[in-house]
Amino acid sequence: MRFWSAFKPAFWDHEDVAAGPYKHLFNFRRMWKASVALIAAVALAPLVFMTVIDYQVSQKAIESDIVYQTARLVSNTRRSVSFFLSERKSALNFIDKDNTYEMLSNPLRLTALLDNLKKGFGGFTDLGVIDHTGLQHGYVGPYNLAGVNYSDQEWFKHLVRSGAYVSEVFLGQRQQPHLILAVRHELPGGNFYVLRATIDTQQFNALLAEVEVSGHGDIFLTNREGALQTPSRLFGSGLGQIPLEMPPFSEKTQVMDTHVQAEPIVVGYAFIQETPFVLITIKKKTELMRAWNKTRERLISFLLISITAIVLVILSVATFLVNQIFEADHKRVMTLHQVEYANKMASLGRLSAGVAHEINNPLAIINEKAGLIKDLFTLQRTYAEDPKLNGLVDSILYSVERCARITKRLLNFARHMDVRPQRLDVGEVIHEVLGFLGKEAEFRSITLSVEADPDLPPIVSDRGRLQEIFLNLINNAFAALSDGGRLAIFLRCTEGRFICVTVSDTGCGISPADLKRIFEPFFSTKAGRGGTGLGLSITYGLVQEIGGRIEVVSKLGEGTTFSVFLPLELQPDKDDGQHERIAGG
Amino acid sequence: MNVLLVDDEAELVSTLAERLTLRGIDACWATSCEEALRCLETTAFDIAVLDVKMPKVDGLELKKCLQEKSPGMKFIFVTGHGSTQDFETGVSEVGRDYYLVKPLNIETLIAKLKEALQR
Repeated sequence: MRFWSAFKPAFWDHEDVAAGPYKHLFNFRRMWKASVALIAAVALAPLVFMTVIDYQVSQKAIESDIVYQTARLVSNTRRSVSFFLSERKSALNFIDKDNTYEMLSNPLRLTALLDNLKKGFGGFTDLGVIDHTGLQHGYVGPYNLAGVNYSDQEWFKHLVRSGAYVSEVFLGQRQQPHLILAVRHELPGGNFYVLRATIDTQQFNALLAEVEVSGHGDIFLTNREGALQTPSRLFGSGLGQIPLEMPPFSEKTQVMDTHVQAEPIVVGYAFIQETPFVLITIKKKTELMRAWNKTRERLISFLLISITAIVLVILSVATFLVNQIFEADHKRVMTLHQVEYANKMASLGRLSAGVAHEINNPLAIINEKAGLIKDLFTLQRTYAEDPKLNGLVDSILYSVERCARITKRLLNFARHMDVRPQRLDVGEVIHEVLGFLGKEAEFRSITLSVEADPDLPPIVSDRGRLQEIFLNLINNAFAALSDGGRLAIFLRCTEGRFICVTVSDTGCGISPADLKRIFEPFFSTKAGRGGTGLGLSITYGLVQEIGGRIEVVSKLGEGTTFSVFLPLELQPDKDDGQHERIAGG
Repeated sequence: MNVLLVDDEAELVSTLAERLTLRGIDACWATSCEEALRCLETTAFDIAVLDVKMPKVDGLELKKCLQEKSPGMKFIFVTGHGSTQDFETGVSEVGRDYYLVKPLNIETLIAKLKEALQR
């Protein structure tokens, strides 16, 4: 709250009570909010829009790049795997074409061929020849498989139908993973024989192990049901089932987003034709997007810093501009108020002067008539001894004198608005003002006291303005005082060429919050009780006009003291002697 | 001492003349410039008490007329405006003449008449 109070603009709590039906035009807080909202919308919308577009484009570009790289990796690896198998299948086909059934049935020839395959290609474990009945009658290798009949096995039936066969990876009798390659050779007369070889998967595995997969990824082969065919970094080296739903068959390489154990992953896969294998690569999306995340953080940071800077500038500029408008309006109100006040005072002055002049003439007649009666009583001695008649005449004359004093004061208050310096006694001016309020003070039992330094010098100032200043201050004190209160006025010399007049009352006092605003126009603590809020602002202006200053000290419940510092010289008084002479005349 | 009193208020000026007469001062009164000039034809006045604001011819113009006829005459002005400041504009034209504010105090008037004549 204290922080807000320190930075709160002057217009924030402003309410122009005098604006009437046009009050909404002077709602500066709303003006400020509208300015901030409008400028912020115009400045921030393009920035946010461009940032969002850039964000989306960059994200799509990176995601496309991931898909492209994954697809390329899968395609290349598929070609390698296909080539590995095709190469060995072609070798079997070559042997098949290059040797007759009888030659292959020779164990020595078969052994020589197996040795050549091991040396030339590697990975071959054994080699066998199976006749059309499914009986393997030629075999070289580490197992005792000669004479085994495969006629009822599914792979043999599949081979008979398709002409070639690549098995899934299986453990076999040695509990070593391997796979079988078999090709069918047609014989004249409709018969056929089959050349079968067992492939060790070590070379097969090494082929995939050499592939570098980014993003902590993995690449492996499964069968079409999802059983692992090669070791996997993520899912182990056995032939178990992977925890992924197998994708649908596709002739082309595919890439898709999915989750494994709640972690987002990118899966690329390709079905290797004429084999039971599916090549799968898995990449962790968080790793792949790491570079993008850094870019994104920088982008968002830039956006936030930009928005903060723009908002700060908007707030400062809007506050400054609205404050300027507010101050201009404040000055306009002050000027209008001063013009209005000057007109009002001029009208009041003309009215007072007219009334006083018109009254003065009949008053003079009463005065002379009563004076004549008094003269007749006194000079002719007819009624000189009649105290009642003399008393009545004296009473008339006294009343005339009182009326004359009133009209003189009225005329003095109806002076012109221009500053008219003259040498005067401030104490005398104060007594004149108190003369107006004496009856009210008496009626309300208010104790009035005026004390002055004995060596108080006369000052050169404007009588009308001084009267108005003290009338306003004393009127204010009267309003603050309850019946039976005390009003004390002190006149004293101060340092420099000033005299100080303090007007102290024992009234209700002014709160510190109100004290700050007491000289503002239209500020009144007497709202609803006839206060216009103009008196002290006018007083402040008048004191400044005659080169003085005004200060106020107050304590709630104890009273208020206004101190008016008046310069001894307003300006050099050229008509000094003349004024003195006239005053004497 | 012969005094001429001129004011557009006949009631005022006639009473004032009577009061001065009671005090042994010869006083004539007039309510306009014409009447004042007629009085001057029959009587030589030492001093004139003139109201500043009068219809047609005001006190300042009347002074000029009277001075033409009687150059040695002294003048005292009377105003209903009740303040020295209102009379400031007329000061230069009336030279060092005195002025008094209505309603008049008879003793003050007599004192100023004597002062003016002694200058």
